[in-house]
Amino acid sequence: MQRSPEAAAPRRGLLGRAGIYLLFLLGLFLLWEGLKFIGGDPWRYFGLEWRPPLKITTVNDQSLPHVWDIVETMIGPYRRNADQSLFVYLVLKALYTWREAAIGFVLGGLLGVSLAAAFVHSQLLERAFVPYVVASQTIPIVALAPMIVFFFGNNVMSVVIIATYLTFFPVTIAMIRGLRSPDPRALELMRSYAASRRTILWKLRLPASLPYLFTALKITATASIVGAIIGEGPGAIQNGLGWSIIEFNQQYVTNPSKLWGAIFVASLLGVSFYALVRLVELRVLRGRPEASAG
Amino acid sequence: MSDARMPDASVVRLSGLAKTFALPSGETMTAVSGIDLELRRGEFVSLIGPSGCGKSTLLRLIGDLTHPSAGVVTVNDKPAHQARIDRDYGMVFQAPVLFEWRTIEENVRLPLELTTWERGAREARVREMLELVELTEFARHHPYQLSGGMQQRVAIARALTFSPSILLMDEPFGALDEMTRERMNSEVLRIWEQTGITVVFVTHSIPEAVFLSSRVVVMSARPGRITRVVEIDLPRPRGVETRESRRYFEMVTEVREALRGGEGRADEGLASLERAEGEGLTG
Repeated sequence: MQRSPEAAAPRRGLLGRAGIYLLFLLGLFLLWEGLKFIGGDPWRYFGLEWRPPLKITTVNDQSLPHVWDIVETMIGPYRRNADQSLFVYLVLKALYTWREAAIGFVLGGLLGVSLAAAFVHSQLLERAFVPYVVASQTIPIVALAPMIVFFFGNNVMSVVIIATYLTFFPVTIAMIRGLRSPDPRALELMRSYAASRRTILWKLRLPASLPYLFTALKITATASIVGAIIGEGPGAIQNGLGWSIIEFNQQYVTNPSKLWGAIFVASLLGVSFYALVRLVELRVLRGRPEASAG
Repeated sequence: MSDARMPDASVVRLSGLAKTFALPSGETMTAVSGIDLELRRGEFVSLIGPSGCGKSTLLRLIGDLTHPSAGVVTVNDKPAHQARIDRDYGMVFQAPVLFEWRTIEENVRLPLELTTWERGAREARVREMLELVELTEFARHHPYQLSGGMQQRVAIARALTFSPSILLMDEPFGALDEMTRERMNSEVLRIWEQTGITVVFVTHSIPEAVFLSSRVVVMSARPGRITRVVEIDLPRPRGVETRESRRYFEMVTEVREALRGGEGRADEGLASLERAEGEGLTG
């Protein structure tokens, strides 16, 4: 119950943290190119040739292109004679996908919180519907996506619904727990004030559940993006990252760097959305003892 | 000789009160039975007894947080339920139960947010309460930044914001060290004298009960009954000298003997009773 403020470790400086990220990226780069150096295809640069001593079947220029080749593809035009670089092109697509995901994320969050609030207040509802909520998550999204598109048509709506579908479940489960998290004595205290159930929900249960909510939202931030990317295929939405991934998949044999670039931008999008939610979390949970914890 | 304040009217009346719990095993457990007690306005009454004697249950019955199996609770000449609706109670538990997402002043303001009080009046009242418990400078702190004793003072301020007519305290200082506890005792007495509120105070500690109370209600376990009511005629205001006075030791001895007399079958089935009380808490 009581935590001392001294318990929180001193925060590393921003520069130090950025340094650690850069160091990690450098390590990843060295690992990638190191593998290619000892077990990949021959390197030919400046008229010289290096033949790696080992032959690792999965390490070749087709499955793991050189990092500088990917970078070159990214800063080059996205198609012949285009003004826009592939990177800018993909970022714009990613923003479109993010919009779909964000709408689904918000809708799924609202749905999840509402379901949890209903379940916490009615055991009957909880017993009747929780099994279906759980069952809904066992259906693979690839099976469900075409069906959703069939119902809602080839439009953004379908993609949003798929993102919603992937978001609401973690929120529901976390919020059932979170809304029940207040100390029983806190509930008694509210009863001693003759507080109504709605007041108890707003003044006690919801604020107490916020740390749980944000844990779920951090999971669903990335899940909603995966949902939107997957949904764009059956939904035939051509402005988003999902469509680019399908397109570059087909071009993989001739130009693997393009798909790697799309993967890079997709993960960049996921990390950014996660970081955004984390930022909001830090702001909303400010002043709480556990706010500094991840 | 006795209380400086003349107790005038009855504020709480318990008659033929009993509470039984249904245990998960299907048996029933009598927590308290045959309770008849009258509390006068402005009195400080302690409930003391061995663990499992139902003193917390009795407190919760008075506060309408649990319902009696038999008998009637009358508070300010109305049923306990109506008294709760009218916000006649202030509650303080063993743990401060502060809302960690609220600052100290926001915690104290919480009960007022359930009323139609105007903003200005609320803020004035919160300031007044924080002054009462001498925590004004911590208004904008968060609960985890305060010590256990300070948190409990916030809980007391919060309980008093409504100006309830009865303050129910369930072992409020049980978790504090002896030094802090004695300081808190004096603090509570000061607040009690300043506000004229009626206090029902559950405790395990004989010295605490004697030091604070106008009357000490001694209970026995299995089933919980009132075995004796000891009038504490120590002069007020009470302070350090009180704790060192001869009369104080005599009173402590008297309560201790009353407790020993009623201890009887205290240990038998104690765990199951505590379980039952715990369930009552959540239900």
